[in-house]
Amino acid sequence: MITAEALGKTYSSGGRPLPVLQGIDLVIDSEAFVAVVGPSGSGKTTLLGLLAGLDRPTAGRVTLDGQDLSALTEDQRAEFRARHVGFVFQTFHLLPTLTALENVLVPLELVGGAREARNRAVALLERVGLGDRMDHFPAQLSGGEQQRVALARAFANRPKILFADEPTGNLDQDTGATIVEMLEELNREARTTLVMVTHDLTVAERAHRVIALAGGRVVSDREGGGGAAVVRPAASDVAGR
Amino acid sequence: MNLSFAVRLAARESRHGARRLGVYMASITLGVAALVSIHSFRDDVARSVREEADVLMGADARFSSGRAFPDSVTSFLDSLATEGVGIAYVTTALSMVQAPASDDVRLLQIQAGDGDFPYYGRVATRPAGLWGSQANGSVALVDPAVLTQLRVSIGDTLVVGQARLLLAGTVEDVPTDLGYQAAIGPRVYISRQTLDAAGLLGFGSVARYRAYLRLPDLAQHAVIDERYTEILRATRVRYELAVDQADDISNGVRFLGRFLALVGLGALLLGGIGVASAVHVYIREKRTAVAVLRCLGADQWTVFAAYLIQASGLGLAGSAVGVVLGVLVQGLLPGFLAGVLPVAVETRLSATSALAGLGIGVWVAGIFALIPLLQVRDVPPLKAIRQDFESGAPRMDAPYLGAYGALVGSIVLLCALEAPEPTIGLGFAAGLGIAVAALAGTAWVLARATRRFFPARASYPIRQGVSNLFRPQNQTVSVTLALGFGAFVVGTLLQVQASLVDDLSISFGAGQPNVLLFDIQRDQREGVISMLPDAARDGVEVAPLVPARITAINGVSSDELLARERGPDRPAGWALRREYRNTYRSGIGRAERLIAGRWWDGTPGSDDATVVDAGDLARVSLEEEVARDLRVSLGDTLSWNVAGATLESVVTSVRSVEWSRLEPNFYAIFEPGPLDDAPQSTIIVARIPDPETRAGFQRDLVRAFPNVSVLDFSRVQQALDAILSRVRQAVAFLGIFSAIAGLVVLVGALASSRVQRMREGALLKTLGARRRQVLLVLLAEYGALGTLATAAGLLLSWAASALVARRVFEIPFVPSPPVLVAIWLSVVGLTLVVGLAGSRSLVARPPLAVLRDVPE
Repeated sequence: MITAEALGKTYSSGGRPLPVLQGIDLVIDSEAFVAVVGPSGSGKTTLLGLLAGLDRPTAGRVTLDGQDLSALTEDQRAEFRARHVGFVFQTFHLLPTLTALENVLVPLELVGGAREARNRAVALLERVGLGDRMDHFPAQLSGGEQQRVALARAFANRPKILFADEPTGNLDQDTGATIVEMLEELNREARTTLVMVTHDLTVAERAHRVIALAGGRVVSDREGGGGAAVVRPAASDVAGR
Repeated sequence: MNLSFAVRLAARESRHGARRLGVYMASITLGVAALVSIHSFRDDVARSVREEADVLMGADARFSSGRAFPDSVTSFLDSLATEGVGIAYVTTALSMVQAPASDDVRLLQIQAGDGDFPYYGRVATRPAGLWGSQANGSVALVDPAVLTQLRVSIGDTLVVGQARLLLAGTVEDVPTDLGYQAAIGPRVYISRQTLDAAGLLGFGSVARYRAYLRLPDLAQHAVIDERYTEILRATRVRYELAVDQADDISNGVRFLGRFLALVGLGALLLGGIGVASAVHVYIREKRTAVAVLRCLGADQWTVFAAYLIQASGLGLAGSAVGVVLGVLVQGLLPGFLAGVLPVAVETRLSATSALAGLGIGVWVAGIFALIPLLQVRDVPPLKAIRQDFESGAPRMDAPYLGAYGALVGSIVLLCALEAPEPTIGLGFAAGLGIAVAALAGTAWVLARATRRFFPARASYPIRQGVSNLFRPQNQTVSVTLALGFGAFVVGTLLQVQASLVDDLSISFGAGQPNVLLFDIQRDQREGVISMLPDAARDGVEVAPLVPARITAINGVSSDELLARERGPDRPAGWALRREYRNTYRSGIGRAERLIAGRWWDGTPGSDDATVVDAGDLARVSLEEEVARDLRVSLGDTLSWNVAGATLESVVTSVRSVEWSRLEPNFYAIFEPGPLDDAPQSTIIVARIPDPETRAGFQRDLVRAFPNVSVLDFSRVQQALDAILSRVRQAVAFLGIFSAIAGLVVLVGALASSRVQRMREGALLKTLGARRRQVLLVLLAEYGALGTLATAAGLLLSWAASALVARRVFEIPFVPSPPVLVAIWLSVVGLTLVVGLAGSRSLVARPPLAVLRDVPE
């Protein structure tokens, strides 16, 4: 489960405070598939970064699977991510100097399960249909293939929570659709909580729940077309505030 | 930290990183190769010298003295001969040698000896087998250079003093030569009887007397030492074993080798700057990858460790290649240096040198990579999803401070270990630090000035090219450091050399004396002066020479003073033991300045005008350095042994002497009177401008006074020119070395910003720029970069060479604009060639391929 309480982020721009997110209260249940939508500059990516512990909020706090992220140091948050969190990026972000297989191995080796790691990585690559391209470098793969490797990498450690930042943003419509289908399947199989930031409303409608942001605030929080939504009241309501 | 993951990641990344960073490792390779070859070859020479000790001396031991051996020494040498010890006497002197066939006359070294010497090694002659024939009184052998200098051939007659000799052949190789001896002054080999008959050894003659020993049993050395030490000390005869001489030479070789090693270390440290610059750019390009790794859960130190392992691995590879290269160079050196090495050198692989080179290379690569590598800790994971996100200014925390401390400490330690003496190493490290800081500072100022006075009206390609010096992630400072350092080293060496040449030409130039006449006996003085051409009579300077030794200072005998423990109060051994050649005169010389006390006529010293009452004792004026080393000052007494008689004197004045001036200068000058009747010879300096008159004078003088020698300064100038040409070769070596090291860093620096340049070129072409214009942008950038670097290096070299000329060589600094222009042209030319060579594909590739990141 993910909870955000009174979450806010303010940057300094030219010496003046620039609020990007303000007063976000959210609870996302385990195994939920949530899409975060909104125009450019609405704060989607900043919210994703804060929920994933990639950045520290200037107000409020985030709890991930019962762990208060603000209580952890930078390296402790990294270790937490290694064990519990997966990522899929818009520009795939495969390490260009590693092969497809080695890219998938990275999160597995980081937590030290090297013995079983290779079998798991091979299985995942076969699962995403790249069994014959394991020794290829990212530059030798198409965009769709790169994103499939990224999916395999994201699920490598059986994360409890998966964050996806515009996973179809750099792909054509057909390839994007395939990737989202694959993401849904893997999510279902692994029973992962999936938080996806997207511009694409068609993709967003496949989620259980769609949260819309504008001007750094939540402007709507509704059920999506992806099945029974698990919509919970805001954290402040849970806390009785 | 997850070390096993770091190692795996490093291994995988190095497949690509090696290609990117490989060029920088080449600079480590160069430095390591220099260190390994210098270290190994230094050991080779020292070992070979030790192994060939007896051949180098030609005997097992040697007695030597500046005067003929006294009876006490000759009698014990005779007794040694009866015990089966081989003894060969060799006397060397300077003398005018005349060739009747060409009518030429030259001052040459005369080596008069017994045919037995050398006992070890073989002397090669042409025709072969002649060595020993010179023991026959009517025959002379000569070094090959004598044939050309006197314009004679084998079979001609030579006149040495009063002896006429048949030139029977040349001496092609003497094993006892240390390579440079024949170059200083070619020799004529005659017998000792001939030397006596020639009448060269008058009172005060400059000669060296040696007796070479072949010991049937080396243990006899201890016996000789025990039995004769007292006599040798009393008679000031030096006793030296072949192994001790070899040790001295070995130590000299090691000392020189350590100086050369500093040059190698300089190249290695220059390579270190290249490594730091490369790693800095590499890490900047890796920021997204680092951010992704952080997103995936890698902690800061794991990522840092992965890149540190990569840098160290590449350092190891670069160093290993350097070791191999160094060993190859080591094998080539004996061939290149055959003419100047004292012995035939056999090269051997030195595991110590190889391991030391490997270790130093890895260490330098690692320590220089450390500071830029620490940047990976500052990469925020958020950058993976927000490309424009940057963390704040880099923190200056304990690891950074530690890395800077380790870098400075390592440089100082390496310099101290490599230098001949730790203090020289510390000085070298400080000099390097100052040079790098001054270069960086100058480069910064020049870059600011270029920006301030930007060529706003120039054409677009020029403006674009120059403004590239300030683009983000530019390599301006590192390239300026690398190239500027090379320009600085070469500029300083060449300018100092130019100042030395200039000073020499002043010393030998118009108005200065150009002949020195010596070994003139007292009764020959007036006759020699009367033979001088009329034009030379005016400026002639005549100085009597009275040999003397110090026997006591303030009543304490020299032996007692020498027996004291070394310390600030004990006089220096050289000053106490030496044979002084004193003079007496009424006036102060042209190259002298009275600094303390009073001259005989009451003239006060510039710093101290104390009047010393000498009473009945002779008044003496000392040169300031010898006074300091003798630990004496105004009013102290010196006792002298002058030809067996004791002369008591008081120091009444102290002078500073400009030794570089060609004047007859002396450590001790007496007032006229006390030494007038002492045994003495005379030297005369004069100026005979016309070369033909000078040659005619020398011929006439030798005929009239065969024992008198003439030193023609134009020949000295030629000899100094020969030495300076060797210096030029050394300068060229150092210059090429620095230039190659700088070049490697340049190649790397330009390669690291290639991607950025490529994108820029593609964009320009997309917007309609022609290839010629893209090329012009590049030319402007490289030209500006080369000029900036050279300007920084040359400005600094100007200051450094002025400092070295004035402080070290004590000569006036003469700027040499042609040298500076030549260096500027070379560096800019080099930058353009390297830059354009690396940019060919940049101009040739279609823009779409670049903009779409299609691999090359």
